[in-house]
Order: sequence, then structure tokens, then C-alpha cells
Amino acid sequence: MKDEVTREERLDNLKGMGCSRKRVEDARFTQGKGNYVDDIKLDGMLFGDFVRTPYAHARIKNIDTSAAMQVPGVLAVLTAADLEPLGLHWMPTLAGDKQMVLADGKVLFQGQEVAFVVAEDRYAAADGIEAVEVDYEDLPVIVDPFESLQSDVVLREDLVAEDGSIPDGAHGPRTHPNHIFTWEAGDKQTTEEVLANAEIVAEESMYYHRTHPCPLETCGCVASMDKVNGKLTLWGTFQAPHAIRTVVSLISGIEEHNIRVISPDIGGGFGNKVGAYPGYVCSVVASIVTGKPVKWIEDRMDNLISTAFARDYWMKGRISATKEGKITGLHCHVTADHGGFDACADPTKFPAGFMNICTGSYDIPTAYLEVDGVYTNKAPGGVSYRCSFRVTEAVYFIERMIEVLAIKLNMDAAELRRVNFIRKEQFPYKAALGWEYDSGDYHTAWDKALKTVDYDGLRAEQAQRIEDFKAGKTRKLMGIGLSFFTEIVGAGPVKNCDILGLGMFDSCEIRIHPTGSAIARLGTISQGQGHATTFAQILASEIGLPADSITIEEGDTDTAPYGLGTYGSRSTPVAGAATAMAGRKIRAKAQMIAAYLLEVHDNDVEFDVDRFVVKGAPERFKTMKEVAFAAYNQAIPGIEPGLEAVSYYDPPNMTYPFGAYVCVMDIDVDTGVPDIRRFYALDDCGTRINPMIIEGQVHGGLTEALAVALGQEIAYDDMGNVKTGTLMDFFLPTAWEVPNYETDYTVTPSPHHPIGAKGVGESPHVGGVPCFSNAVQDAFRAFGNTHTNMPHDHWRIWKTANELGLHG
Amino acid sequence: MSKKMHIKLKVNGKDEEFLAEPRELLIYTLRERLNITGPHIGCDTSHCGACTVTINGKSVKSCTMFVAQADGGDITTIEGIGGPDDLHPLQEAFKEHHGLQCGFCTPGMITRAAKLLEENPNPTEEEIRFGMAGNICRCTGYQNIVKSIQAAAAEMNAAKEAAE
Ligand code: FES
Ligand code: FES
Repeated sequence: MKDEVTREERLDNLKGMGCSRKRVEDARFTQGKGNYVDDIKLDGMLFGDFVRTPYAHARIKNIDTSAAMQVPGVLAVLTAADLEPLGLHWMPTLAGDKQMVLADGKVLFQGQEVAFVVAEDRYAAADGIEAVEVDYEDLPVIVDPFESLQSDVVLREDLVAEDGSIPDGAHGPRTHPNHIFTWEAGDKQTTEEVLANAEIVAEESMYYHRTHPCPLETCGCVASMDKVNGKLTLWGTFQAPHAIRTVVSLISGIEEHNIRVISPDIGGGFGNKVGAYPGYVCSVVASIVTGKPVKWIEDRMDNLISTAFARDYWMKGRISATKEGKITGLHCHVTADHGGFDACADPTKFPAGFMNICTGSYDIPTAYLEVDGVYTNKAPGGVSYRCSFRVTEAVYFIERMIEVLAIKLNMDAAELRRVNFIRKEQFPYKAALGWEYDSGDYHTAWDKALKTVDYDGLRAEQAQRIEDFKAGKTRKLMGIGLSFFTEIVGAGPVKNCDILGLGMFDSCEIRIHPTGSAIARLGTISQGQGHATTFAQILASEIGLPADSITIEEGDTDTAPYGLGTYGSRSTPVAGAATAMAGRKIRAKAQMIAAYLLEVHDNDVEFDVDRFVVKGAPERFKTMKEVAFAAYNQAIPGIEPGLEAVSYYDPPNMTYPFGAYVCVMDIDVDTGVPDIRRFYALDDCGTRINPMIIEGQVHGGLTEALAVALGQEIAYDDMGNVKTGTLMDFFLPTAWEVPNYETDYTVTPSPHHPIGAKGVGESPHVGGVPCFSNAVQDAFRAFGNTHTNMPHDHWRIWKTANELGLHG
Repeated sequence: MSKKMHIKLKVNGKDEEFLAEPRELLIYTLRERLNITGPHIGCDTSHCGACTVTINGKSVKSCTMFVAQADGGDITTIEGIGGPDDLHPLQEAFKEHHGLQCGFCTPGMITRAAKLLEENPNPTEEEIRFGMAGNICRCTGYQNIVKSIQAAAAEMNAAKEAAE
């Protein structure tokens, strides 16, 4: 056969790894033809919605549903009393605690689900909700975790024994009825010794405020129990459809093969859609009770006040160093506010997630971390909002401690970082708090970043600005925010990562069709990351069929292989690896077929882009397309017909993406308004699968970081009322508030990942929050500021300026 | 439940006539009564713009209008802006420049952007950012949305020039 096309053209034709392939998802979304859960409409479908408590802590004396049952269109009102005989009034949480599905005798946070009204449509459901009468007796409210640990008020009577003793929790001994766990990592005694004998010690307390992932689409589901076949179908906004199937089976008793969970298109997740919520359970029960499909969709306020908060960490740090700035030790204590139930979404053995990555990118020989989880009258959740488990907290902590130490040392913060970075030759690097970093080249990235932004020039400009400010020539200060982060993603190795006992592997199954196209199914689910585009690129490079000829399917548990889903930037590190490995199995079989067709030994052919060629005779080859056909139409001795493969990938380690960010902002001290002049983001996520998508992820993650650092929060008053329950008060930046970002990269492939990729979706958030915050704080450094808490909204910035005496 | 009202609308060029409670919000009329599910719901407070449609030549957040207020109106949703055979330049540009990720904001974004470009065929970046500030996107950080709109504007202007 003669070959007209060049190798270059054949490569381009594949649209494999490394090219900015346009997204295959976009056609339907741009034409309004996405299929999100609220778009699902089934015959006779009913609508369910919750009666929610206005009280943050109250006993429920009575629930009267009789008037609601008279409301036209209302078919049923479920309360805990209805769920109790089924054992469904409580459900297990991902964190080893349990949580009320519907209020069982008391409520623990404002917005908690009290009753579920099922009606013909949402208007009738809303009318029904109005007519349910609940008699509350209010109890003292605790919104402060420190107060909670001192208080006589017991929030969870169910966790105190009859004799008043406090049984152990899922993560060991508890010291107070409102205490959930103490979790520690590192060497306490040595760390204390190092700190006690250090030349320099800097200390700081910081609050990483409570916030919320707030994807544009809220959570929801449609449950449909087919009583004839005994099958339950559950569509929903699930970041982990298989895990949801297992959970539903475990708590409902319906056998797992009779449950089909489908995640349709998902309108953003960012961690919000990992957990299991009362709405899912109530919809399933309501469908069983009524025999009809039941839809439940949160409104925005429901979403913000009841499902999946993030952060809420009170962190206290001490960091020691030599006079020259070499860090010698780090101590971190966290008081973690988990709300009324411990529903944090973390791997089982990590109740504080991967907070023990808090030594950051630095070679810190000795460290100790202790985290105390505490109950309060706030919503449960504790999800990883666009980060791997608690990594945003960890990185914020260390990147603030570095700045505070730089102030104490009177040293440039960029230089302090440079002298403490883990050096390239130290990888794989075993950190003091237990993790083994797989790879990194921090100095190269840092130097590139500082050079690109002309760091020295910026500092000179800033010094001039301070002069001008003092001379009354300007009212604007200039802040230079730095951050260097190391993420830990790709949970994770089954030996230490599981959720509800399910190992955190992931999977891919590939079928090659006779004419040389393919379908691949995965255990993950895209929420905007573009899996249908990028996973096809990985496969295209691995098996030599064009990405355009490969369909990627996710999210249907009846067809997709088991996987733990998409969050914590785990899709590329875990499912991406499974995809490559499954592709390699295909290739191995295809090689044997090609050898047979070419009448040579298996080892005499080699793979080249889209074909197998006879070694030393490149004019003799079989394309993958030809091989695919042969797999179905020829009887090949010793080889089964067909061309399919499946891979379950258990990663040997996490991957450790990193990056260097610089933010330059001007701050008007009289209005407190920051103007972001420049934002430079260098990311190293290892092998880059699709640069266009990586850049898009960086833009999006930085914007969410901007929101969190500069204004977004879930705030409570003393009575436990949520003060930021709508988008009126909960800050989501618009195009008007957001700058243009400069993106850049270095490439340090992961040594243990089959294609060297590390995951990127969350890095910009992890690195962005401290960068924005450091910029604000840096603007005031010359005037005596060491630390102020986020979010740095205009009022708080103004207050900082005022407290520093800058308003004359 | 109050008395139903007789409503007439033109939606994407098609006449619709039905009885509806006066409290019915236009977004539910579109999504649930007429099965036009392109416009989405992202909030309860008129902030997000996921529900944006065009009514009588103006961008409107359909979650904030009763269907009774829209009576007699001429409505265009994303479905009326372009389909597989007649894609709007904005629909092409959003794909070309990665102006979307999860896609949930996209129908509202494109519907609003189409109106913006009608009102101002040559917007500056600042005018685009200001003109789109009623539409929230949680995924993209807007940079590529701005780029997409700029590209579509250039494309549309070039086509207009070529036609003249
Ligand atoms: S749904 Fe948010 S503005 Fe209409
Ligand atoms: S693409 Fe997800 S909200 Fe805009």
C-alpha cells in the first residue's frame, strides 16, 4: 500500500494529546440542547420540596400536615415519622457520622429539612409547604466552635451515652459532647523542641471563612421507581454516580443491580455535588410511596444554606527559621467547624482531608498538625470547593505563614520562598507530615514567573508608590501578591484512600467497532471539564484512531464501569490513567493481529501513530482501522474475536501539580476597592492533554479564587441565621469585576502516571486564593500590617486602612 | 388558586395560546409548559441571567416576569437564535474560543450577547464586560466569553460588509 500522507499529517489527523482540540460537548450546549436534571420530564412526574426550619437550634414539638394535605395538588407530606419505619429518617454521612434526613425531634441548623411535600407541580408544592404547621421550641444557638467546646449545650444528644459519657466517634476519642475528633500528623515533641530553640519564630492565627461552591445549577434529582420491574432509576446532579448507587442500595435495601443511577449533563459541581443529600432519599421514598416519578430541585437559597459548605477552618500557626531564613519547623492547629452533622466529603482515613500537605512546597524538616472537628448550629458539608480535600486551606495557611515569617525576618517574601523550596534533586520527596511528593521543579517555575512579571521592577514601583502616598501624591497603594503552591490530587491509592469502604480507583472500558471507531466508558463524570473531548484525545494517542471517531460516555451506572467519580482533580490522574492503560491493552492485542496480517512475528511490528509497521520496512504496515476490521472478520488462530478492553486503575501515588502565581493590585485606601492590574499564573500539571481546556480551567479557578478571597462567604449571625443566602449577598463575580489573566506553564511529568499527567482543574483555586489575599495584605505591609482575615471585601479593606491610621 | 388567564405569546416564531395562573413565571411557562428547556434557572433573585430571553426586542430575565406580563409578547430563546442548520456566529464563536465549560450559563449568555451585538455591533472589551454583567458564569472566568463575543462581532461585521 502506498502512503500519500505524511507522518505529521497523520498525527494532526488523530487530534491526540497536546492539541487544543475544540470541545465536542459544545454543539448541544450552545444550542440550548443540554440535558440537565431539571430538563427531565417523565409521564405523571410529581414535584417534591422541603419545609425547612427557620430556627438554627430547636426542638420540634409537633408537625401538623393536615392542612397541607387539603391543598389542591398536594399528594403526600413526609416527615421523620413516616421514614422511621423504613429506617430512613437518618442516613450515614461520608465522614462516618449520621445525619437526619428529616428532622427527628430537633433541628440543628437553619434551613434543615423538616418535611417533604409532594405535589403535582412546584407551585402546588410551594402552597403545601406554606400550609404545614411546625411547632418549635427554640434552644440556645452555638455558631462559634470555640464556644461550642466549652458549652453545656449539647447539640447531638444522640452521640452521648445515657450515663453522660462520650463514646468514641468514627475517628477516635472525643473530649466533649460537641467535639467530633482530633486528628494529628507529624512529630509533636520534636516540633515543640525545634520551635522552643529556634532563632526566629513567627506566629499567626487566621480564619479561613465558610463559603460555598455554588455551581450555577443547584442540586437536584428525579427518582422513578418502576414497581412492575422492581427497578429504581435515579437521575441527579451526582459527581460520583456509582458511589451514590452503592449508598442508595445500602440504605434502602434495594439490591444494587436494581438501581440505575444516571448523571445527565451537570451544570458545574466544584464539590457541591459529591455528597448524598436528604432530597435524594426523600425523592426515592416519595416515588416508592406514590408509584410515580418524583423530581426535587433546590432553589438557590436551599443550595446556599443547606448543601455543602466549604472551609470554616480556624488555623493557628507557628513557624521557625534561622536568621538567614531557612525554615526549621512548623506547627499548625486547626479548629474545624463542621456544623450540625459531620458530613465532610473526605477519604475515610482523612477526617481533615489532606490538610497535612500544609508544609507546602518547602523543605521543612519538622512539622506537626493537629485538627479538632467541632459541632455547631450550622449546615453540614465540608466539601472540597474546587480543590483536593482541604488543600486550599493547607496552601492558604502555609502561604500566609511564609509572608508572616518574611515580615518577621524583614526579608523579601519571594526570596524566602526560593531559599526554602524543595530542590529538584530531592524528588521523590518525603514530607514531614507523611506525603511523598512525586516530582517537581519549583525553582525553575519560580524564576520564570518572577522574570516574566519583572518582579524587581514591581518592587521598585511599589517603593515609589509608598513614597508618593506618604507625600500625599496618591491615595492608592500597590500590593504584590505571591503564591507558590503544591497540590495533592488524584485520590487515590486504594491502600490508604477509600470512601465508605470503596477504594478510590477508577476505570475505563473501551470497545473498538469493526469500522475503526470506538466508544469508551468511564467511572467519572464531567461537570464542565470536557471529558468527552480530552479522554478521546488520550485514547487517540494511545490507540491511533482519530479522537473524532471516539465517543466518550460517562455517568450511567448501567453501562459505565465502576468508578469513584469526579472531584479533587482526580479524573485525569486516575481515570485518565485507566484510559491510557485500557488503550494499551487494546494496542497489545491489535499488535498481535497486525503481526498475523503482515505475516511476521509479534515482536517484528511496532506501533507508529495510527498503524503497526514492520520493523525496518515502513512500507509494510496495517493501520489500526484495518486491524479493527480484521478483529471482527477474520478467524485468527489463538486470538479471540473482537477488540475490547477494560482497565481498573489503582494509582501508586497521588500526583503533585504545582504553580507560581503573581498578582498586582492597586488599592484605593478611601473606598477599599482593589483594582487587579495584573494576574500571572504559571501552572505545571505535568503532561498537557489539551492546552485550550487547561487555560479555561485556570481562568475559571482563578475567578472562583478571586471570589473567595475578595468577598464570598457564608456568614451567620448569633442566632444562626444565614446572612448570605441569596446571590444578593453571596458574592459571585461578574465579567465586570474579573480581570484578564496571563497563563503560562512548565512541564514536569508525573513519573508514575502512564501519560505523566497530574490534573489541573483545581490548582488555580488552590494557588489563587492566597495570591489575591497576599496582594491585599502586601499593600499594607509597609504600614504595619501582618495579617487580616479574608474575605477582603471593600468594607474590610477600608477597615484595615482605617485601623492602620491611613485615613488621617 | 386564582382564576386562570388567557395568554397569547409568540415564541421563536410560533404562536402559543393557553390558560395560566397569573402567578406563573415566564421561565416555567417556557420550560415546563412549552418544553423549551434552553433557558435555565440559576437563582431566585434576578442575579444570574441563566434564564435570559429576548422579549419584544429587549433582554429579559424570564424568572422575574410573570407570564401574564409577557402576554402578547414576541419571545426569542436560545432555540430561536440558531440551530444545527443555521448556527448563529455567536454559537460558533463560543465553541471556537472555549467560551463555555458546563454550559449551564451558555444559553442565557448567548441570548444576551446576541442582543448586545444588535444594539452595539462594535463593542469595546469594556462595553462587553459591562453589557454582560447581568449574566453569571461560574466556570470560565469570562475571559473566553469576552473573546468569543469579540470574535462573533468581527465575523458578523465582516459578513455585513461583504453583503454590502
Ligand atoms: S434564574 Fe437567575 S436571573 Fe433568572
Ligand atoms: S459554563 Fe458553567 S456556568 Fe458558565
